[in-house]
Amino acid sequence: MDNHQKWIAFTTIVRREIHRFMRIWPQTLVPPVITIVLYFVIFGRLIGGRIGEMSGLPYIQFVAPGLIMMSVITNSYSNVVSSFYGSKFQRNIEELLVSPTPNWIILLGYVVGGMSRGLGVGALVTILSLYFADFSLHSLPITIGIVLMTSLMFSLAGLINAVFANSFDDISIIPTFVLTPLIYLGGVFYSIELLGEFWGSVSLINPILYMVNAFRYGMVGITDINIAWSFGMVGLFSALLFFVALNLLEKGSRLRS
Amino acid sequence: MNQSTKSALQISQLTKVYEDGFVALKGIDLNVAEGDFFALLGPNGAGKSTTIGIICSLVRKTEGLVTIFGYDIDADFSGAKQYVGVVPQEFNFNQFEKPIDILINQAGYFGIPAKIAAERAEKYLMQLGLWDRAHVPSRTLSGGMKRRLMIARALMHEPKLLVLDEPTAGVDIELRRSMWEFLQEINKQGTTIILTTHYLEEAESLCRNVAIIDHGQIVQNTSIRELISQLNKETFILDTREQLSSCPEVEGYPLKQVDTNTLEVEVEKTQSINELFAALTSQGLHVVSMRNKTNRLEELFFDLVAKNLQEKGNG
Repeated sequence: MDNHQKWIAFTTIVRREIHRFMRIWPQTLVPPVITIVLYFVIFGRLIGGRIGEMSGLPYIQFVAPGLIMMSVITNSYSNVVSSFYGSKFQRNIEELLVSPTPNWIILLGYVVGGMSRGLGVGALVTILSLYFADFSLHSLPITIGIVLMTSLMFSLAGLINAVFANSFDDISIIPTFVLTPLIYLGGVFYSIELLGEFWGSVSLINPILYMVNAFRYGMVGITDINIAWSFGMVGLFSALLFFVALNLLEKGSRLRS
Repeated sequence: MNQSTKSALQISQLTKVYEDGFVALKGIDLNVAEGDFFALLGPNGAGKSTTIGIICSLVRKTEGLVTIFGYDIDADFSGAKQYVGVVPQEFNFNQFEKPIDILINQAGYFGIPAKIAAERAEKYLMQLGLWDRAHVPSRTLSGGMKRRLMIARALMHEPKLLVLDEPTAGVDIELRRSMWEFLQEINKQGTTIILTTHYLEEAESLCRNVAIIDHGQIVQNTSIRELISQLNKETFILDTREQLSSCPEVEGYPLKQVDTNTLEVEVEKTQSINELFAALTSQGLHVVSMRNKTNRLEELFFDLVAKNLQEKGNG
């Protein structure tokens, strides 16, 4: 395949992925938006007023970046894991496997598809958040940079989960038992200063803490941790996951007998 | 690539051992000439689908050499894949997508520009009688339509080698005939075709050459004509005008009574059926019609597979 043909194959996968989640928008776009609106109403309006300030910000302003990041993470992950596993389940992944499309193009196609949904939902939630909180964007490059890298990282993780999954149960285990606790304990709703020295240090092993803090810094200018560290951690994890995912596709693990 | 070759597919000492230790292929050799219409026959579990899976990259071989139009799949699988179109046994498309989208996407995976893909999709959907169903979810198609959709999908990159695994399984007779005509037409236009089938009449009607595979070994690889000529005896069903009170006896012809007006007889290649008719007429019985009990190829197939099984038992 020459480069032009590879580009056609890549855009075909991305277009098909976007078409898939747009076709089933009541399942893919509406629920995350409703969930986040409920978070804003409950934690922002109802409870947030009684909490007062967090790290010097009104609680709703503190929590909004974390909620946006939460929607980016869960939607990037769930799009790739459900689409790739669905292709395995219906065996239409074979359409790609019998074609000359290189594995790295297949990987990028699915990942960009997942990022499209993650970022799309993230954009919707950001627009909605403007109704609940006032923002003055602190740093556009940091905001865009960290959200792109986070979406990339969780799309890659979703693909790895899908490769190993043998049933639909297997694609919900990681989001339920790993991803959700990491997000909730990743500084979305509180500053790690509240945890004290020991639990604050334990929190530092949670990669989501770095993403949420970098994103919060980009939006409102406050962070619990070093921004360079955040980018370094997310970049390192993304590179690692990329090579693991590519290796799985090259080997044909659980795809070719 | 070796340009001098005229083989569409060359397989040498191909072996496949699955992770559970099952040996599906035991070093098979196969050569399919360019332009051929080739049948790969064998009972369930013989190794047909494994062979096809290796050709189209869905199964990883353990040992051996496979070249497709001169491309060694170990050295350049991407190059080899450009030449192969595959129609699998099981439906393997997204049932929620529309046929037109399935075809255009498949072309995209082969790097074919959208405009050409749209033209080809329309052409093949028309030719295979699916154009009026092009924009409905594919799960609403009938079984026969789904099979034709998979044939159309396999042709989107205009492969020089088309591999079909049981293409007419579960398809009614009328539709099967129209699919045969379609396959014969694309074979005439130069596409090499390999098919596996359980309908041996299909292999006899369509194919020029055949390989019979059993227990992971090729037990016969020859032309259909040559194979049929090996047939030593045939079983005929005879319908008599007169009712049979008992089974008649004719020396050299083992007759069996099936019902009051039907006889079954095995006739050796060296014997004359006229002799049998004359002997029955002399006993006051007239044969009004006659047919083969089984397809001729079917008899040979069973003989070869049984022989292979016996050799295994002896070995």
